[in-house]
Amino acid sequence: MRLALRELCGYRSGDKGDVANVAIFADDDETYELLVREVTAERVKEHFGSMVTGRVERYEARNVRALNFVLYGALGGGGPRSLRADNLGKTLGGALVRLEIDVPDSYAGRRRPRPDVAWADEILRGLARGGAPVSRGR
Amino acid sequence: MKTVTVAGGQGFYGDTPAAVDGLLAEGVDYLCLEALAELTLAILQKDRQRDETRGYTRDLPAYLARALPFVADGRTKVVTNAGGINPTAAARAAVETARSMGVTGITVATVVGDDLLTRLGALRDAGNDLAHLDTGEPFDAAGTPPLFASAYLGARPIADALAQGADVVITGRVADASLFLAPLAHEHGWRWDDWDRLAAGILVGHLLECSGQGLGGNYSGDWWAVPRPWDLPYPVARVAGDGTAVVTKPRGSGGRVTTDTLRHQLLYEVHDPARYVSPDVVADFTSARFEDRPGDEVVVSGVRGRPATDTYKLLLAHHAGWAGEARVAFSWPDAYDKARATAAILVRRVAMAGLDVDEWCVEYWGVNALGGPTVPLDALERCEPPECVLRVAWRCADQRTAALVGRELVPLTLSAPPAGMTGAGRGGGGPTELLGIWPTLVRKADVDPHVRVTLEEVR
Repeated sequence: MRLALRELCGYRSGDKGDVANVAIFADDDETYELLVREVTAERVKEHFGSMVTGRVERYEARNVRALNFVLYGALGGGGPRSLRADNLGKTLGGALVRLEIDVPDSYAGRRRPRPDVAWADEILRGLARGGAPVSRGR
Repeated sequence: MKTVTVAGGQGFYGDTPAAVDGLLAEGVDYLCLEALAELTLAILQKDRQRDETRGYTRDLPAYLARALPFVADGRTKVVTNAGGINPTAAARAAVETARSMGVTGITVATVVGDDLLTRLGALRDAGNDLAHLDTGEPFDAAGTPPLFASAYLGARPIADALAQGADVVITGRVADASLFLAPLAHEHGWRWDDWDRLAAGILVGHLLECSGQGLGGNYSGDWWAVPRPWDLPYPVARVAGDGTAVVTKPRGSGGRVTTDTLRHQLLYEVHDPARYVSPDVVADFTSARFEDRPGDEVVVSGVRGRPATDTYKLLLAHHAGWAGEARVAFSWPDAYDKARATAAILVRRVAMAGLDVDEWCVEYWGVNALGGPTVPLDALERCEPPECVLRVAWRCADQRTAALVGRELVPLTLSAPPAGMTGAGRGGGGPTELLGIWPTLVRKADVDPHVRVTLEEVR
């Protein structure tokens, strides 16, 4: 069966010139080994398609169950040169965890928790009721 | 056992100075303010072009206004690279801030020598080829002359300044993590070839340098459950002489410190984690151990280091043309189709007007502006986006052309697919200058003799 990385790991991305890095983080050893096997540099290069014009390198950080991908030519020329809205590659982590990989059947139904932002709705409801800007304070 | 407390009071130019209050109240030996990203140097270069007394991060006085009462009491010292590409001007601003607050008797140190712009010719003559670090292109391929050239210095000149009695140390482009290593090496007396200790200091610096980002900011775990995210604190580390660090946050603050929040930061903007090249040491982040403790504490230990390289990273930037951009919002039905048609109409109109555009960037916000080709196209066919914002950006050789391209969008208010133009926002803003970043290496032996530390007592 196949599962999106979204259900299997955390992620963060960043920039250095025209090079981006995307790290993914597994929560347990079994999942980490799965990522090591399935999420190869080639798979990641293929996943990003025309977004990444150069090579992709992969590094392991086993101590924190992480894989780190280094994407060359990934930022439209680099932060101060790029025309992209996301000129610093902040969202590339989210784009990577859209990738689907083969997982054992024991992973059926595996799902990372989904957000609960009831606290945000509570704050925003206050805006609708009072109509006063939040910056005024109470 | 002596421990030294270092805090990350700033993660970038634009961070909030308010968050340092919690750190200062808690009591920190050193408040480290990391103000520089690659993009920041480009911003500061534009500032300096307009006014040569600028070129440093201008929120420095706001940070110092909060920190200096603690510095005056001898409770804390400040280390910052807020000097950007003009540390001397930043130090002047720091001294003036102190005077205006009635703070005297403290010593402000300035570190210069990272700015190599006027020495590039001599450096090349000495055998530094300045080829592009990532692509290997030869230096001359960049074309136009560079607008700034900043070497990433290490911790030593800061440690020297502290040894000479500095209370506030202001540098230009010192590597982020080295700002934190410097006070640790100074206080613990670490030798500059004690690679494991130096690596420990660099690791602490790397974990703290991005302020809230180690404490639940930009966190892909259960980010919605991070306490009081509107009041995210900044990190502190208590570091022992053997390099073991306890990373935590001020008591009673929001945010969260766990191995999971810290490992996100561990690999942030890192390439090979087993070989994290800092100016002071090559650190092996894969050797670090993380141990969670109750109360938002993580013990970080065991990191190993290898000898530093004989080069500094050097960052240059070149003029790369002018950019303009515009946004138009489209409603259901057929929002994505309307957006594509409008982009095409603009491109045609610009060509008809005889305007030269060197590069277009067309994005569909709400569809695939961020995900690009990773967004499966069949998702679009299954689900028509309820709304779509078209963003178009363009690059031209000159500022005037870039502005004229934007003008070609205005008539579409009444002459485009329905419902015309909306969502462009107020103000708009004119073309902006683009800068091409050129990372390279320069031999330390050609830089270090020019690094100077100067001290001034505020009277």
